[in-house]
Amino acid sequence: MNESLGATGLILNEKLLWEKGRKGRSGFSQPQRDVPVSPLPVELLGNGPDFPELSEVDVVRHYTRLSTWNFGVDTGMYPLGSCTMKYNPKTNERQAALRGLASGHPLLPESLCQGALELMVELERFLAEITGMDAVSLQPAAGAHGELTGMLVIHAHFKKNGDSRSKIIIPDTAHGTNPASAALCGYRPVPAASGPDGILEPASIAALMDAQTAGIMITNPNTLGLFETHIREIADVIHAKGGLVYADGANMNAVMGIADMGRIGVDVLHLNLHKTFSTPHGGGGPGAGPVCVTRKLAPFLPVPRIITREDGRYTLSEDFPDTIGKLLAFHGHFGVLVRAFSYILSMGAEGLTTASQLAVLNANYLKEKLKTTFHLAYDRPCMHECVFSDQKQQSAGISTLDIAKRLMDYGYHPPTIYFPLVVHGALMIEPTETESMEDLDQFVDALKQIASEPADVLKTAPIRTKVRRMDETAAARKPCLTG
Amino acid sequence: MRFLPHTPEQIQQMLDVIGAESIESLFAGIPDSCRRLKMMALPEAMSEWALNRHMDKLSDHIAVSPEYKVFLGAGRYNHFIPATVTSLSSRSEFLTAYTPYQPEISQGTLQAIYEYQTLAAWLMGVDVATASHYDGATALAEALLMAVRKTGSRQVAVSSLVNPLYRRVVKTYLEPAEINILELPRLQNGQTDISPLEGIQGIAAVALQSPNFFGCIENIGVAAQKTHEAGGLFVAGFTEAMAYGLLKNPGSLGADIVCGEGQSLGISVAFGGPGLGMLGCTRELMRNLPGRLVGKTKDSTGKNGFVLTLATREQHIRREKATSNICSNNSHCALTAAVYMASLGKTGFRDLAQLNHDKAAWLCEKLTASGYPPAFGAPFFNEFVVKFPPEFEIRYAALLNKKIVAGLPLDKYYPELSDHYLLCATETVSMEDMNALIREVTS
Repeated sequence: MNESLGATGLILNEKLLWEKGRKGRSGFSQPQRDVPVSPLPVELLGNGPDFPELSEVDVVRHYTRLSTWNFGVDTGMYPLGSCTMKYNPKTNERQAALRGLASGHPLLPESLCQGALELMVELERFLAEITGMDAVSLQPAAGAHGELTGMLVIHAHFKKNGDSRSKIIIPDTAHGTNPASAALCGYRPVPAASGPDGILEPASIAALMDAQTAGIMITNPNTLGLFETHIREIADVIHAKGGLVYADGANMNAVMGIADMGRIGVDVLHLNLHKTFSTPHGGGGPGAGPVCVTRKLAPFLPVPRIITREDGRYTLSEDFPDTIGKLLAFHGHFGVLVRAFSYILSMGAEGLTTASQLAVLNANYLKEKLKTTFHLAYDRPCMHECVFSDQKQQSAGISTLDIAKRLMDYGYHPPTIYFPLVVHGALMIEPTETESMEDLDQFVDALKQIASEPADVLKTAPIRTKVRRMDETAAARKPCLTG
Repeated sequence: MRFLPHTPEQIQQMLDVIGAESIESLFAGIPDSCRRLKMMALPEAMSEWALNRHMDKLSDHIAVSPEYKVFLGAGRYNHFIPATVTSLSSRSEFLTAYTPYQPEISQGTLQAIYEYQTLAAWLMGVDVATASHYDGATALAEALLMAVRKTGSRQVAVSSLVNPLYRRVVKTYLEPAEINILELPRLQNGQTDISPLEGIQGIAAVALQSPNFFGCIENIGVAAQKTHEAGGLFVAGFTEAMAYGLLKNPGSLGADIVCGEGQSLGISVAFGGPGLGMLGCTRELMRNLPGRLVGKTKDSTGKNGFVLTLATREQHIRREKATSNICSNNSHCALTAAVYMASLGKTGFRDLAQLNHDKAAWLCEKLTASGYPPAFGAPFFNEFVVKFPPEFEIRYAALLNKKIVAGLPLDKYYPELSDHYLLCATETVSMEDMNALIREVTS
């Protein structure tokens, strides 16, 4: 390996929390007591949880050491396909920590939380504008929660019309959350195969669509990184039979300022603010999954909704009799919404459009640079991500997993692997717009070098990480979930 | 734009490699019928400094302490957050990482979540706890769906003293699945009336919240026993996790599934989200749990480490047959809660919980002495209900101008409880703040 990012350094071991500490320590400054003790009835009292007792320094060292075993976007390139691991601007964190935004109570009287309501109204308007949809709910907590919300809206629409439908068309390239969300609404997923060039064909959808089918859940651009060229005709096919088009907006980062989901014929769409709108993924969340709908479906959105009064003040209204109800106790992941709002204001319309353009430029650049080294599943211009496979490496006994694990030694987070399912041994690479040409070139060099390495080196990778390959089978066979 | 590193020369070089004429040509596959007709109408891009000014102004239009004395709880609680909690959880190695699907470079997140699962299980008194859910309300909905899957019954009972906002969420989740929800009424003393369970057989689950929406501590042990007699699983919920620094935990009282909101554990109120959905259960129910779980294992050299496990329950493997559609959860909030629990320790957590109760008890005592006793007789933790005279409604509005939010009016949620207010006092409220409220109420 010459001059790769990956290097060895001092990694400290660290015990589990409860293997540290001494009785009588605390890392917390107890507030001064200005009221007398008032004992609760003794029969209600328990022993309290047996939390370990640590000093402030113990706690600081513990988590600092743990953090060094992690890899984040701030550490390096994170080309995880379909996850849009772009840079998370620091200014977003500053805004979310502002006192009013960070500690305002969700049940404050409206007159005392106008700043929060204004931010949410404005963000709804921005997201409607970016997608080309009419109305937005910021309540869903994550992408899958947005999908559930969207499916509930569709379910409520049909119920209102006395139309009971039992099926939903879901392409074979869809995220696993799509069928799982649809199932929660009682819809049976009907799989649709993509055509030979990786995209859906109107005729195959027409063959599946009938009056028992609520519509289609479609990801556009799809998980192969391809724009669904026939989506307009597909929407017509669905609408002609009274169905609705649900769009998974997980891949919105490719088409901001370019595509218009409203014109395309989308009825419901969810966005992932932790993908396209730069909010940090936090090691698995919290995200936010706003749902955007057409005017026709707006009455079904979750409540409360924010109304702008004639005097410019904002008020919360529950007066939507057709609403699907509530999806979260309060107003959504407000702290995440603040960060996305801050990002949109930092970028502006031109900045967002440029971001999508450069995300697509980066992906096509990687595709060109790597297509002689790795088998390209669909050799045509891609959007923001491209999907390779291990087909060329298989004869040497090297798999996608080996390539992914070896990339860690070179200082990269691996791409998404073995997804989408339609490509055997998929390596799905999404560089995002925030990686520079030099960084992409270095990544290409790393992958090419890996492709030239012998199988035994790859099979034993990673070697520079805190731990080596983990025994996941043993973990599942005899689960040990607590200490 | 400072987040975009491309120079015009590099863009040209990259286009040359691709063999494309322009960036626009990369989008040639998008038909005209799918394209925007005009540029997005968004505000002009702001500099970092203009953005700061703009955001400061919005933030200033939200009432917070210490300028305001806010006696609101009802599902979100204002507690002190140590600087260490914010500082450690904000480390970008934690904050900017994805879900730990690649365990070799995610051991930080994985060990932290394994530790969270452990501390959370101890707090709730259960054998296993999940890596997190969105909030207490969705955790309750998932808990009920879990009981329905496990028992095969399509009927659940939920106390009318479960936070009304949570009940709305439960209804949203359960209604399309045609699961019947029986609402349990309340007793005079502010606890749930479980007598409707008499004679019912084959119910999937019974859910109570303790402390409940009125702040009252429920008789969990008896309710769990009655539920088991009716053949159901008992679900114990909570919105104020800190109560379990003092109270007997729900697991020890016979709860099969425990779920609730962990926002009190070091997470900002943030206008209601993100919070922390906590969910745990007995070992027998483990494989029915929705959501992610971290487990301990070894690497190829025999070294201890952690991975996401039991994934065969989850949507990315099982698709429509998964135990839930959940994918992203609130992992970072779980990590934050773990740092908080570790910082307080057993004694610190207990002492702080006691102080919470003492503050509320003091306020309640003083109001009682002024002629406003608590509306319900059952013991409470750090919030309670008071009935004020009808004319108080006008005073409540006037107090807002004096920067006092005198609790939450309950008539919106319980129309029969006009003039009833839910008051909360945590450790962040000083005696001086409470005196100000008492003066205003009694003057």
